[in-house]
Order: sequence, then structure tokens, then C-alpha cells
Amino acid sequence: MAKRIDVSDLNVYYGAFKAVEGVTMTVEPRSVTAFIGPSGCGKSTFLRTLNRMHEVIPGGRVEGKVMLDDQDLYASDVDPVAVRRTVGMVFQRPNPFPTMSIYDNVAAGLRLNGVKGKKKLDEVVEKSLNGANLWNEVKDRLAKPGAGLSGGQQQRLCIARAIAVEPQVLLMDEPCSALDPISTLAIEDLISELKSQYTIVIVTHNMQQAARVSDQTAFFNLAATGKPGKLVEVADTQKIFNNPGVKATEDYISGRFG
Amino acid sequence: MWGAFLLALVPLLWILWTVVSKGGHLLLDSQWWTNSQKGITARREGGGAIHAIQGTLIQGLTTAVISVPIGVMTAIYLVEYGRGRLAKAVSFMVDILTGVPSIVAGLFIYALWVTTFGFQRVGFAVCLALVLLMVPVVVRSTEEMLKLVPNELREAAYALGVPKWKTIVKVVLPTAFSGIITGVLLGLARVMGETAPLLILGPYSKSIATDLFSGLMPTLPTMINQDRTESLQPAVDRVWAAALTLILLILLLNLAGRVIARLGSVKK
Repeated sequence: MAKRIDVSDLNVYYGAFKAVEGVTMTVEPRSVTAFIGPSGCGKSTFLRTLNRMHEVIPGGRVEGKVMLDDQDLYASDVDPVAVRRTVGMVFQRPNPFPTMSIYDNVAAGLRLNGVKGKKKLDEVVEKSLNGANLWNEVKDRLAKPGAGLSGGQQQRLCIARAIAVEPQVLLMDEPCSALDPISTLAIEDLISELKSQYTIVIVTHNMQQAARVSDQTAFFNLAATGKPGKLVEVADTQKIFNNPGVKATEDYISGRFG
Repeated sequence: MWGAFLLALVPLLWILWTVVSKGGHLLLDSQWWTNSQKGITARREGGGAIHAIQGTLIQGLTTAVISVPIGVMTAIYLVEYGRGRLAKAVSFMVDILTGVPSIVAGLFIYALWVTTFGFQRVGFAVCLALVLLMVPVVVRSTEEMLKLVPNELREAAYALGVPKWKTIVKVVLPTAFSGIITGVLLGLARVMGETAPLLILGPYSKSIATDLFSGLMPTLPTMINQDRTESLQPAVDRVWAAALTLILLILLLNLAGRVIARLGSVKK
């Protein structure tokens, strides 16, 4: 099910402002790719172009090409809503639907897309919660509101909700930045497990986290405030952290700036 | 701080005390809730207010049924879809509508309904005037509530591949539900106590009338207005009792709204 992402020469604009410039990279299926870089360098913006979520913000548009296996995400006949069903997303702050129970949160993606049948939903909910390592903690209180869980549990609930619609790719935008170290560890373990089924792209500010969970790391940087962000270097995580090819990457990783 | 609280409380308690002490005893009589004023003159005691209570409720509910969809949908347009000139124009119009004095709304409908179309003055015409007053209240309060729904929830739904309209119906509206209900009730409370359009479009009558499209429909505000210059004690008592009934009715609606809002609100 996992798919390869091929990005070539991608520019991202918000209105007249060019936010990201000239990104070319490949994300292999069943691998974890981490995006690192200072704030405002466009890594989150670029991540959102991988499932066309940037279009939610007025004025957001791209130039260039994003291929998901052999499907062009920006072809004129492609519906952005359908793209998001294939490429799921987990956000920085846990955002379970406050009016829904734990069960309903996980089933939301299917239900809102018209899937019915209690048996089928029961199955998917259990499978997804198991997939997110949350089943054992919540199986006795599925009817309780999702907002009543702890922050880490809420984030895993959001991951369960995202994988319940069986996407090909899972995008994570700083999924641990609002969590404590224990919950972070739980999410990182989960990412390593999910890797066997999904293509995962994760944005993180935590370089140790990038080193721990990812196979490939991409370093983004921007020349100055107001200038577009650029992809500086992408390579195996081992190489980026031990023997980076560009001086800026080394400076960033060793903490000389950023 | 406590001083300010007490200061704010004084007029409220004063009003309640005056109304209850002068009209309360009539409400304890069961015929107040079952009889109309048919055949009862200012000189005579007795009779009830059921004709006016019914009229107020029927007109209030009809107004709400028309205003709520218009108001909520306008708010959804302004918050979720509206960009550019059209949205600004709509928002400006709502502002203007908010500032329309109720007597102007009444006269406008009179000019339209009676002068232009040549229809009779009926309950439904009153409702139309009240709709003009209620729509902007519903739009503004719903707008505020929709803006309070975090964008992250909309994004979460989009990221699941849910279309925008479905996100609004299934995620945004339920999250804002209790706030929207509160706004609707505030609007309803305002129009149920409204008097000016009623004086123009719905003069008082003493008997029960439930047909919105024919005949005069009595309401509590017009009942109060009818006998307010009367000096005979039975009529004066009835004025106070009608005022108390109106206050209770609006209070009851507010309580009902709270209950509905609590049942459907964000779960904690």
C-alpha cells in the first residue's frame, strides 16, 4: 500500500510571497523521512503540499510536480479531497473532534466519507487503535469523549483516526512538540512500527528525534527572513548526522545556529 | 466589585419585585392560563391571558423558524466561504439591519404588506417584521461562535479527505452548537418582547386566534399596552400579570435552551 513520492522543482507561494523554492527529492515507500531546519524555513509548508493542505490557506499555490507513484497530485483532473484520503496527516497539536467519543473520532474519516455498517466500523476502529498502540488503554471506554484523554493519548488517537482511512502516506507535522518525553517515546515507537506499512514523512524540531526515527533526513534553510526556504541537503540520516555534505547542515546539526 | 454587582442587581430585583407583587396573584389562578379576555371589560375581574400567550408563542416560533436558517446560513457563508467584495457587502448589510429601529421594520412591512400588496394586517405580517429584527442577531452571534471553532478541527477533517461542506455540517456546526442555540434564544427573547411592529401590524384583540393568516392575533406586549392607561383596578392588575407572564415565558425559553445546549455540547 505504501507509495513513493517524487517531488521535482517545487515552488510554493502564498499569494505573491514565495515560501519555498526549488525542492527536488524522493521519498521511498515504507521509510521514514525527517524534515529538519530552523523555524520559518518552509518545511511545514512543503509538507502540506504533499497532500494539498496548503490550498486550505487563501492564496496557497504551487509550481512544479509532485508524483505519488505514477499519479500527478497536481494534474488538473485530480480532486484535492481525494488526495487527502490517500495522503493522511497528523498535526502539531492533538486535535480530536471535541463533540465525538473515542470510537466516533476513529470512525469519523470513514463515516464522513459515507461508510456505514457497525461491524465494518467496529473492525476498523479496533484495528486502527491497535495500530496506534492505544487499544489496550481505551478499549473499556470507547464511548467516552476523545478530549478526555491525556495529550499523548490524544495524539495517538489522532494517528489512529488518520490510519483508519487507510492512507498510502502519513504526514506528521511536529507530532511530538506538544507532548512530554514519555508520550514522545510512545509516538516514536509507533512511527517505527507504522513504517512497515506506510510511507512516513515527519517534520521535527528535535534533531535527536530525527536521528532516532528516520531513514532519510532533509535539511531546509532560508537565506534571510522574507526570502524563500530551500532544501539544502537530503541524504541518509546516518550521513546527514555523521558526515553532512554541506557546511550549513553541519553548523545546524552541531548547534552553531538555529 | 461587590458594590458594582449589587448596583446592577438593584434594578433587576426592583423590577421583579414590582411585577410579582402587583401581578403575581393573578397567575396563581388557573383561569389565567386557560381563559381569554373575551367578553371581559376593564371593570370586571377574571379572564385569562391564554390568547396572548398563544399569540406570542406562535409568532415567536414562526419568526424563529424563518430567521434561524437564514441567519445561520448567512453566518456560515461569512465565516467559511465569504471572500472579497460580496462578503464585505453582506457583512455591511447585516450591520445596517442590526441598526434598524423596530418601528421602522414594522412600518416597512406595513408599507409592503398592506399598502403595496393590499393584504390585511395578520399575524404573519408581524412575523415578517420580527424576522427583520431577529436575523441580524442570529447572524452576528452564530458568526462569533463559528469563529471560535479552532481551525485545527477543520484541518483535521480536511486531512481525512472530508469535503468542505461535510466538514462544516458534521464537525464545525456540532462544535458550535451550544453557542448557536444561546444566540438564537437571545434573538428570540428580543423579538418576543418587541412591541412597536406589533402595534402597527398586529393590534390587540380579546379572543383566541391561532391562524397566522387571517384575523388579528393578540400577544402579551399588545395586551400590556392595551390596558396600560386604564385606571380601573382589575385591568391594572391584568397589565402587571401579563408583564410577569412575558418575563416568565422568556425565562422558561432561556432555561430550555440551556438544557438543549448542555445535551448537545462539547463533551468533557
